[in-house]
Amino acid sequence: MNIHEYQAKQLLRQYGVAVPSGEACKTVAEARASAEKLFAAGHKLIVIKSQIHAGGRGKGTFTHGFQGGVKLAKTLEDAVNFAENMLGKTLVTKQTGPDGRVVQTILVAAAEKIKREFYLAVLLDRANSRPLLMASTEGGMDIEEVAEKHPDKILKEWVDPAVGIQPFQARKIAAGLGLKGDVFNAAVKLILGVYKTWWECDASMVEINPLAIVETPDGKESITCVDAKIGLDDNALYRHKDILEMRDLAEESPLEIEASKFALNYIKLDGSIACLVNGAGLAMSTMDIIQHYGGMPANFLDVGGGASKDQVSAAFKIILSDPNVKAIFVNIFGGIMDCNVIATGIVEAVRETGLKLPLVVRLEGNNVAAGKATLASSGLTIISGDTMADAALKVVKSVQA
Amino acid sequence: MSILVKADTKVLVQGITGSFGARHAQLSLAYGSQIVAGVTPGKGGQLFENKVPIFDTVAEAVKQTGATASAVFVPPPFAADAILEAVDAGVELVVAITEGIPVIDMVRVKRAMEGRSTRLIGPNCPGIVTPGTGKDSHGGCRIGIAPGYIHKKGNIGVVSRSGTLTYEAVFQLTSRGVGQSTCVGIGGDPVNGTSHLDVIKLFMADPETHGIIMIGEIGGAAEEEAAEWIAKHGTKPVAGFIAGATAPPGRRMGHAGAIVSGGKGTAAAKFEAFRAAGIGVAATPSEMADTLLKMMK
Repeated sequence: MNIHEYQAKQLLRQYGVAVPSGEACKTVAEARASAEKLFAAGHKLIVIKSQIHAGGRGKGTFTHGFQGGVKLAKTLEDAVNFAENMLGKTLVTKQTGPDGRVVQTILVAAAEKIKREFYLAVLLDRANSRPLLMASTEGGMDIEEVAEKHPDKILKEWVDPAVGIQPFQARKIAAGLGLKGDVFNAAVKLILGVYKTWWECDASMVEINPLAIVETPDGKESITCVDAKIGLDDNALYRHKDILEMRDLAEESPLEIEASKFALNYIKLDGSIACLVNGAGLAMSTMDIIQHYGGMPANFLDVGGGASKDQVSAAFKIILSDPNVKAIFVNIFGGIMDCNVIATGIVEAVRETGLKLPLVVRLEGNNVAAGKATLASSGLTIISGDTMADAALKVVKSVQA
Repeated sequence: MSILVKADTKVLVQGITGSFGARHAQLSLAYGSQIVAGVTPGKGGQLFENKVPIFDTVAEAVKQTGATASAVFVPPPFAADAILEAVDAGVELVVAITEGIPVIDMVRVKRAMEGRSTRLIGPNCPGIVTPGTGKDSHGGCRIGIAPGYIHKKGNIGVVSRSGTLTYEAVFQLTSRGVGQSTCVGIGGDPVNGTSHLDVIKLFMADPETHGIIMIGEIGGAAEEEAAEWIAKHGTKPVAGFIAGATAPPGRRMGHAGAIVSGGKGTAAAKFEAFRAAGIGVAATPSEMADTLLKMMK
C-alpha cells in the first residue's frame, strides 16, 4: 500500500524525524489558514504541494491548463491562488497516465532555503534478507541514475535484524555525507528515526529525497525531510490499524478495488485480451504468451488456487467492465481444484453476462474430461485450446480477425 | 535418489486441524506420503483422520514420531513462530506453505536461523514432491499443496518460484513420458529460506537428476545469481523460463516478490543472464519441457 507525502511525514514525525512544518488541507479556507500561520511564524516562502500517489508532480499540468502540481508562494494571495487551482482539479504527470488524478488534498508547508540536498532511503536488500540504509550526496536526483553513473557515491549500511540499527551506523552515514557540528548530530537522530519508521511501520520502503540542509528563519542551519515517500508491506497491515486508515481508495483503480472484495488479484493493463488465470506465475506467463503471439493483455488476473464459482463469476464481470477488452482467455491449471467446477462457473458466468466476445478456454488438470464436456455441451460458442500455446494463438487470432 | 525428501521421509504438519492444512494432509496421506504427526496447540492427544497423532508442540511430535520434515500451514500472524518452533525442535527441513507472512517477520526468522542446520523452503510456496513408483507417482513424498498425480518418477529436477507454473512444467514433462527426481517450489516472497541457487546445487550433486528446469519471475536477482553459478560450475543441462516480461514496472504481480522496482529485476535481464550462462530459454511457458528435452538429446 502507498500513502501520501503528508501521511508519510506524519509517520516520520511520530518517530522524531524532522520534517518542515505544515498541514494537509482539503479546502481553500484551510489552505489560507495554514499559509497565514506559516507566514506569521516568520517563514518567507511556503510551498503548496498536490497530494497524489504519483511522481513528477512538480512538472505536471492540470487539465484546466494550470502548470505545476508543486508551487512556491511568497504571499498569501499566491498561496490561495495555487490552492484554488489545485484542489478538486485533475493533475496529469508522467506517472499518472493521460487521465491524471484529482487532487483532493494539498500540503501547505514551510519552504526554507535549501543549502544542500541529499538522498536517504531504507529498504529490504533481497540479496541477503537484511534492511539496507542507502544515502547519497546526490540529493534530488533519481537514485537509479546515481547508482548507474556514480555507484561510488552511494553509501550503504546493512542492519543486523537481531540487534537493530546501531547509532554508529547512522554516524557513518552522516560522516559519509560530509556533515559537521550540530547538523551532524541532528542527521544522526534523523537517520535513526527514519530507520525506526521503516521497521516499526512494516514499510517496504522509506525514501527521503531530498533530505536537505536548510536555513531556518533565524539564520541557522538544520536538516529536514523536504520530500518523503513510504510504501508499506501489505502483508503486515493487519497489525497497523492506524496506517490502514490512511488508505486512499480514490488513488486506486475502481476495478482493482472491486476485485479485491472477491479476493481476486487484478491489475488493469492497456491491451485488448483479458485473462483469467489461477496462480500468479501462470497469470504473468499468460500475459507474456499473449504478447509473444502478437496480442496485448488487458489485465493480470489471478483467481487464486481454490477459485470458487462466485469468484469466477465476479472475475468475468470485472474483466468485462473494461471497454478495451475484445476477447477473453481463460487459462486454468486445476491441479487440486476440480476442472468441472471451474467449467460450470464459466458457463454460468457467460450466461449471466450474456457474453458476446470470443472466449478461449484452456483447462488442464483434475477431472479435465468432465470440465471439457461441460463446456462442449453448454451450447455456448467457447473456443477450446489444448495447450497454453494453442489457446494463446487462438485468442490472438480472434482479435485480429 | 532425489533431493531434500525421499519416499520414506517422515513428515509432520503444523496447523493440521485448520481447513487448509487438513485438506492437504489428507491429500498427502492419499498420495502415500509418510505423514506421521500433526501439531495444533491445545489439541494434543487427539487423532487426525483416526490415525495421525496430534501434538501440542513440535518438539513432542518429533520426539514421539521421529519426523524430520515439517509442513507449515499456520496462518500468517503465527507462521514465523511456527517456523522457529520447528527449527528449535531440530527438524531438518521446514516447508512453509503459508502465504502473506509480513516481510519483517521473515527477516527475523532468517536471521534467527543463521548457523542452524535446518533448511527452510518457502514461505508462500507449493512445497516439494519427490514422485513415487506407484500409479500416478503414488507412494512418493508430497509436502505442501502440489497435485501429486501429475508427477512421474524420473530424472528431471524442477525448481520454481511459482506454484501453477511448476505444475505446468511437471505436466509437460509427464505428458511426454519424462519423469522427475524432485520438484521444489521455493516460493514467491521477497525473503525465502532457500534460493534457486541452493536447489540448483543440490540437483547438480544428485546422481539421479540428469537435467533441470528452472522457472523464475520478475523481481530480485536470485535467477541471475543461479545463472552465474551455472555458467561456472554447471554440469547438467538447464532450461528455464521467466514469468513477467509484460508486467508493468512498480506493480506487484500477485506474488509479494514479483515486482520490478527501480529498473531492477526485469524479465529481460534474467533471460539475458540465462542465455549468457548457456541455459536453454523457453520462448513461451508452453515450451519449458521441450526446450530441456531438446538440449538432452
